[in-house]
Amino acid sequence: MLGINTQALFGQLLLGLINGSFYALLSLGLAVIFGMLNIINFAHGALFMMGAFCAYFLLTWFDLNYWWALVLAPLIIGAFGIVIQHTLLRRIAGLDHLYSLLLTFGLALIIQGVFLNYYGSSGLPYAIPTALQGGTNLGFMFLPNYRAWVVVVSLVVCLATWFLIERTRFGSYLRAATENPQLVSAFGINVPLMITLTYGLGVGLAALAGVLAAPINQVRPLMGADFIIVVFAVVVIGGMGSILGSIVTGFALGIIEGLTKYFYPEASNTVVFLLMVLVLLVKPTGLTGKAA
Amino acid sequence: MLRTRSILMFSVAMALSTAAFAQDKTVKVGNLSDQSGLYSDLGGPGSTLAAQMAVEDSGLVAKGWKIDVISGDHQNKPDVGTNIARQWLDVDKVDVIVDVPSSGVALAVNTVVREKNGVFLNSGAAASDLTNSQCSPNTVHWTYDTYLLANGTGKAVVKAGGDSWFFLTADYAFGAALERDTTAVINANGGKVLGAVRHPLNTSDFSSFLLQAQSSKAKVIGLANAGGDTTNAIKQAAEFGIVSGGQKLAALLLFITDVHSLGLNVAQGLVFTETFYWDMNDQTRAFSKRFSERMKTKAPPSMVHAGVYASLIHYFKALEALGGNPHDGAKVVAKMKEMPTDDPLFGKGVIRIDGRKIHPGYLFEVKKPSESKGPWDYYKLIATIPAEEAFTPLSQSTCPLVKK
Repeated sequence: MLGINTQALFGQLLLGLINGSFYALLSLGLAVIFGMLNIINFAHGALFMMGAFCAYFLLTWFDLNYWWALVLAPLIIGAFGIVIQHTLLRRIAGLDHLYSLLLTFGLALIIQGVFLNYYGSSGLPYAIPTALQGGTNLGFMFLPNYRAWVVVVSLVVCLATWFLIERTRFGSYLRAATENPQLVSAFGINVPLMITLTYGLGVGLAALAGVLAAPINQVRPLMGADFIIVVFAVVVIGGMGSILGSIVTGFALGIIEGLTKYFYPEASNTVVFLLMVLVLLVKPTGLTGKAA
Repeated sequence: MLRTRSILMFSVAMALSTAAFAQDKTVKVGNLSDQSGLYSDLGGPGSTLAAQMAVEDSGLVAKGWKIDVISGDHQNKPDVGTNIARQWLDVDKVDVIVDVPSSGVALAVNTVVREKNGVFLNSGAAASDLTNSQCSPNTVHWTYDTYLLANGTGKAVVKAGGDSWFFLTADYAFGAALERDTTAVINANGGKVLGAVRHPLNTSDFSSFLLQAQSSKAKVIGLANAGGDTTNAIKQAAEFGIVSGGQKLAALLLFITDVHSLGLNVAQGLVFTETFYWDMNDQTRAFSKRFSERMKTKAPPSMVHAGVYASLIHYFKALEALGGNPHDGAKVVAKMKEMPTDDPLFGKGVIRIDGRKIHPGYLFEVKKPSESKGPWDYYKLIATIPAEEAFTPLSQSTCPLVKK
């Protein structure tokens, strides 16, 4: 068991990177929403699941394939997110974090319950698009083309989001608005609209991850619930609200989890939380977080 | 003289006893299942519906019995399951607990039911321990078990040339039991097991484990898991080119809901063992039609649902024969074992002294998409495992109730 096979190790590292790209994409959305709006969005997993279901519905009801879903699902679910923000979350803005956590947690349970009721727990099939079927033999492992695609998309989207928030004018307004909303609106900027759009963006990222996951996982009502706890751990380790921190931690944790699956598979579901405890003990603000 | 007196006394005793029992015709059925997690499609709300249908079809309500069905969610956690079972048996006066998928929970509930002298009709769990080392005078294990799965699927795959195995095993009681029983069958048939990896219950990504299975060079990858874990593993095995690379998948436990969720494109050709399929004969079709019309998801019954229904039908027959008093669990189960079983879904059978319900097993293969004629038309029968070979022979039983 301890005779380490380098080929297998490379394989596990690559797989870790692939899983990490989901963690990164999801934790990025969470970090954007928390960092900019101070909302702990527990509905993120449910919205991720809705993204996958949206892809399924687009395919079966409207005959719109994967590529359409990749564009449309984030828009549709993002719009749904905007409705949630406008009708519910807006009302508790300015209250303690706990309120948004409880509200979104309740929402997540309701959304999951509705889907479970109509579609059951085992889920629905969603095939890999023909253009991305098959794979490449890398020598040390067989890499399905679809997984390579997932890593690429995820990296591009993560970097684009980081650029949008950290390097553009819109991003600087947004960051200013989270620091001091009154002052920013005094300059004539529509802060509530910006906040609504930002929530929509975070939700859209979750839905995009859902579409990417649909061909790998089953399209299941509980697919988000399985992910969300790990993703929260990623966000906590990376430092709540830090965009770059959550991206890097997402990929890193995917790799660590992958290695655990090789060396001690029984612990692969817990290793992330063990790390979370360790990080919190040493650096309570997370790896990249600044002290409040 | 003596003879007439004893007959007289006997009839007086009979009259008294029926009079006493006549007042006690209240039965409470508790469906303890995974209502919302990865096993909720194969058990869950469908099992509650199956229990309600059994109550309706038993005809006892029309004869003045009062029968209630309640349900609980054990969330696949043994502590949650035993808490609900204790509450039901102590406070809510539940007489019979049905279903209980997830072997870890089932083994825990088995102990509680025995301690409280209730009745436990298990349909959803697989571990053959329920009728071996952990057997109980209060328990009937109805639908299937790991011995059947190993003997059905395991033996068929080894005989077809799959003589080296690597297991992907769910890391709890069920996975361990299934791996153990299948390993025994593989070894007995001249095959060997090259390795195993134990994954946590409810794993969404199997790629790491599949890669390990792939590098083991085993001819067969045995999936000793169930529900969402099995479907994820099968789907991702296709993605990683496991099957096209020459390795075979043996899904040791597969339910119709899993096949539906995978779709025939991915699932075609899988060989697996079940004891019930909706499209077997007129009776199963009639039941399944009534069942799916009342299901929210419109799914036909899984073998677990069928087991809940059939075991309750037999339970009610035993209660009727006893005339009442469902509260002495061991006595009711003894009556159930004494009476031969006969129901529309599993046909004629018996319940053995160890609590094992005996009926045939069926080796099915998933149809190609071109062979499927309509919704849920998924299986073709490739072999029948006769009832006497389907389950652990009593001579090999480790159950203390079996006198040797």
